[in-house]
Amino acid sequence: MNAPLPDLSVESVTGIDVALPVAGPGARSFAFIIDWHIRFVLALAWYVVATLIYNGGFSLSPPPAFEQAWFAAILLPTFAIYFLYHPVLEVLLRGRTPGKRSVGIRIVTRAGGPPGAGALLVRNVFRLIDSLPVAYGVGLTLMVLTRESLRCGDMAAGTLLTYEHPVADAELLQDAAQRLGKLDTVGAEIATDLLQRWSSLVPEARIRLARLLLQRYLGAEADLSEGDELEWRSRLERLARPADGA
Amino acid sequence: MAPSVDAAARNRALAAALLARARDWQAADARAGRFAHGRSDDASDAARLADDYRLLAHDLARARALMPGSRTREYLESAYAHTHATLHHGAWRAGSALRRLFLEETPSAMRWLAPYLAWTTLIFVLAAGAGFALVHQYPELIALFASPDTIASVERGQLWTQGLLNVVPSSILSVQILTNNIVVTLFAYCLGFLFGLGTLYILGLNGLMLGAIFAFVSQHGLAGALFGFIVAHGFVELSVMCLSGAAGAAIGEALVRPGAGGRLESFRAAALRTVPVLVSCAVLLVGSGFIEGYISPDPRFSLATRIAVGVGYWCLMAAFLTGRLFARRAPAAAPAAV
Repeated sequence: MNAPLPDLSVESVTGIDVALPVAGPGARSFAFIIDWHIRFVLALAWYVVATLIYNGGFSLSPPPAFEQAWFAAILLPTFAIYFLYHPVLEVLLRGRTPGKRSVGIRIVTRAGGPPGAGALLVRNVFRLIDSLPVAYGVGLTLMVLTRESLRCGDMAAGTLLTYEHPVADAELLQDAAQRLGKLDTVGAEIATDLLQRWSSLVPEARIRLARLLLQRYLGAEADLSEGDELEWRSRLERLARPADGA
Repeated sequence: MAPSVDAAARNRALAAALLARARDWQAADARAGRFAHGRSDDASDAARLADDYRLLAHDLARARALMPGSRTREYLESAYAHTHATLHHGAWRAGSALRRLFLEETPSAMRWLAPYLAWTTLIFVLAAGAGFALVHQYPELIALFASPDTIASVERGQLWTQGLLNVVPSSILSVQILTNNIVVTLFAYCLGFLFGLGTLYILGLNGLMLGAIFAFVSQHGLAGALFGFIVAHGFVELSVMCLSGAAGAAIGEALVRPGAGGRLESFRAAALRTVPVLVSCAVLLVGSGFIEGYISPDPRFSLATRIAVGVGYWCLMAAFLTGRLFARRAPAAAPAAV
């Protein structure tokens, strides 16, 4: 029922395929909701600030009769911010928006690269269909029904949304390389990360995580007797001792 | 005889050797980033990027086998995908993309759409003729096409467009009109998704309405006045309507008669091929909206001026869509050496 979505696999001349995990309706909807709030707040902020300046006081009411300056300086930019947010940002940021970035997803072509301006425009034009009848009903239904969670705009533009792998710190990977004594790579990464973040964690969490790691890698040999957090830290450091034994 | 090494120790040694290259991966990712954003065009750096690509592919293959659930593998997946995209797609430059859009892609799409354009124009004209004939024969049918206010205004001998500028300023009128026209154009295009039927419906309906209203105003002796109102902006506006209909029909045909690649692939290819025309339609409608807001309702412009504006803007549209507007002249051939 909740089978993971397939990766987008892109062939490469090296023989090693590029694998991009496809984002599902949940991540996409979450990104859309964040973007919707951003554009709504931006448009509202423009309207409020510009109206206050235009009226020269604490009044948000529009002028009683049509005024060209009010229309051009306030109403038009407000609607432009709201309606052009997606096409403009997606083209400028090559398939990303602040909402997508915060969820860790981006738009890519089926070749794994960033889509061109044409594809991004087609994708946005087809929002007209996807948003029917209300609340993106057509788009959501299509996303649930298709294997790669595509809405109509994605089908037309040949795009899909994939997760961006979290970018690990190269320092952490290098430190982990030094700690491969009794640990495998994953254990070394976790131990290094835990030691680096030790001071930012609450004492209970430090001890609980250190205990779990010791139990997993030392099993019955692990010294799990009570001790203060400094004692737990030294046990963890002994487990993840750099390979040269320093 | 070589001493035997246990598998776990061997894997740890391999992982350590792999992780020791983290700095190289970081440098490769940063180099790919520079090229992707067009911040470097150094040839030796580009050659190093190709080496990076091979290094990352090699290390990723090892990481997938040795440490599948690790952050190291995720880091490599990300750096490899990034480098792959940079090598295969290059940097994106807005200026050259725009130039290519208007100089190459739009004229090419126009040539491809020519037969669709002929058909959609014919459908629009036939629908307009049908609307005219219907209301001419049965005048009461105008209630199906026009609002009661419009009908009352015409029956009083006055076009609903007269005095428009006294009610709404030109700028607001322009923006309202061009927004409405762009939405109708986009719908005519998008509804091609319904196997072309949605597009045909919108074209047919708009044609019927135009014909019906012309028949109705001509019965009240106002056909000349209506022609005077629409001539400045109408040539381009109606052409754009047929053009977006042609693009929608192309999408519809791609779904009805897909090629060997399948329906989805055919739909995608048609949508991407028609998008330059759609962008051009939106640009043209902005101009058309301004004419409709500033010139068409203003009684100070004579009919001759309006016709000149309408025909001139239509010629500009034709030059724009065929790529002649921005085409550079070919350089004169150099004299042959004697």
